[in-house]
Amino acid sequence: MSTVPDEWLDRDAGPVVRPYALTGGRTRPRGESFDLLAVVGAAIDVRSIDRMFLEPEHAQVLRLCRRPMPVADLASDLDLPLGVVRILLSDMRERGLITIGKPARTGLTDQRILKDVADALRRL
Amino acid sequence: MPSAGFDQDSNEVTPVSIKILVAGGFGAGKTTMVSSVSEIRPLRTEEVLSEPSILVDDLDGIEQKSTTTVAMDFGRITVRDDLVVYLFGTPGQHRFWFMWDELALGALGAVVMADTRRLADSFPSVDYFERSGLPFIVAVNCFEGAKRFRPEAVRLALDLNPGVPVVLCDARQRTSCRDVLVTLVEYAIHLLSGADALSAP
Repeated sequence: MSTVPDEWLDRDAGPVVRPYALTGGRTRPRGESFDLLAVVGAAIDVRSIDRMFLEPEHAQVLRLCRRPMPVADLASDLDLPLGVVRILLSDMRERGLITIGKPARTGLTDQRILKDVADALRRL
Repeated sequence: MPSAGFDQDSNEVTPVSIKILVAGGFGAGKTTMVSSVSEIRPLRTEEVLSEPSILVDDLDGIEQKSTTTVAMDFGRITVRDDLVVYLFGTPGQHRFWFMWDELALGALGAVVMADTRRLADSFPSVDYFERSGLPFIVAVNCFEGAKRFRPEAVRLALDLNPGVPVVLCDARQRTSCRDVLVTLVEYAIHLLSGADALSAP
């Protein structure tokens, strides 16, 4: 394997590295880990807090999660890499700004739901 | 039906979300399939940089695709208001394997895309899903200019268990991709009913 000592910091890496500034350089989320389809919901109304106490990204998450949505959708809407979003969310959970539920897994063991899925897909 | 999601939001229905993985070698048609059959959404991951020394893909025999990215293939099929199918395209290269365990957790199953010109590229995916016990099927993407093989020949070449469905598909065709997903869901139902029969008193 050829050595590429500094190549990961070339211009291609720019947008990849910068988002970690949002996390204070941390690359690991705090607390209990959560699934990509775990549902994130705002625990407070973003309009009720003084913006001075919120990072812009936190405010954005709160706005997006007024209707609970899965982590993966949220990362897509925020246009931030998943790892960064995980850290943001774990921080926000720690501050009580959001709740992170478990993904709804009922479908996996319920034949009725699976048959529903198959039928619905067939109609697509 | 058991309630899912937030208890405190009991008046708002949290959709049941079904996760399906689309795996396979580089250039086997994962991106094409996800975009044919679902509403694709941009999703990036960045941890690829943890192994910066292997950022070059092997492009032998694949002339169309010249770059690989850290973007994940991510698509959503809103089946009904209360039922959403999520597709995650997982890169087949070893450097992305850290993602697989997490993605496979709670997934309904996986579609392994196979390109008959580079069948060996699907070995790692097949191997992974065999070991993890996640239901999977093999979808042979019928590329233009590639020799057609019968599904049975592909099954033999991949040394698949007899029950694993092998289907031919055209990743560019929405209906073809939809049929692949239906096959996977039906296979999962089949496995589930088998498990029920075994656990019945």
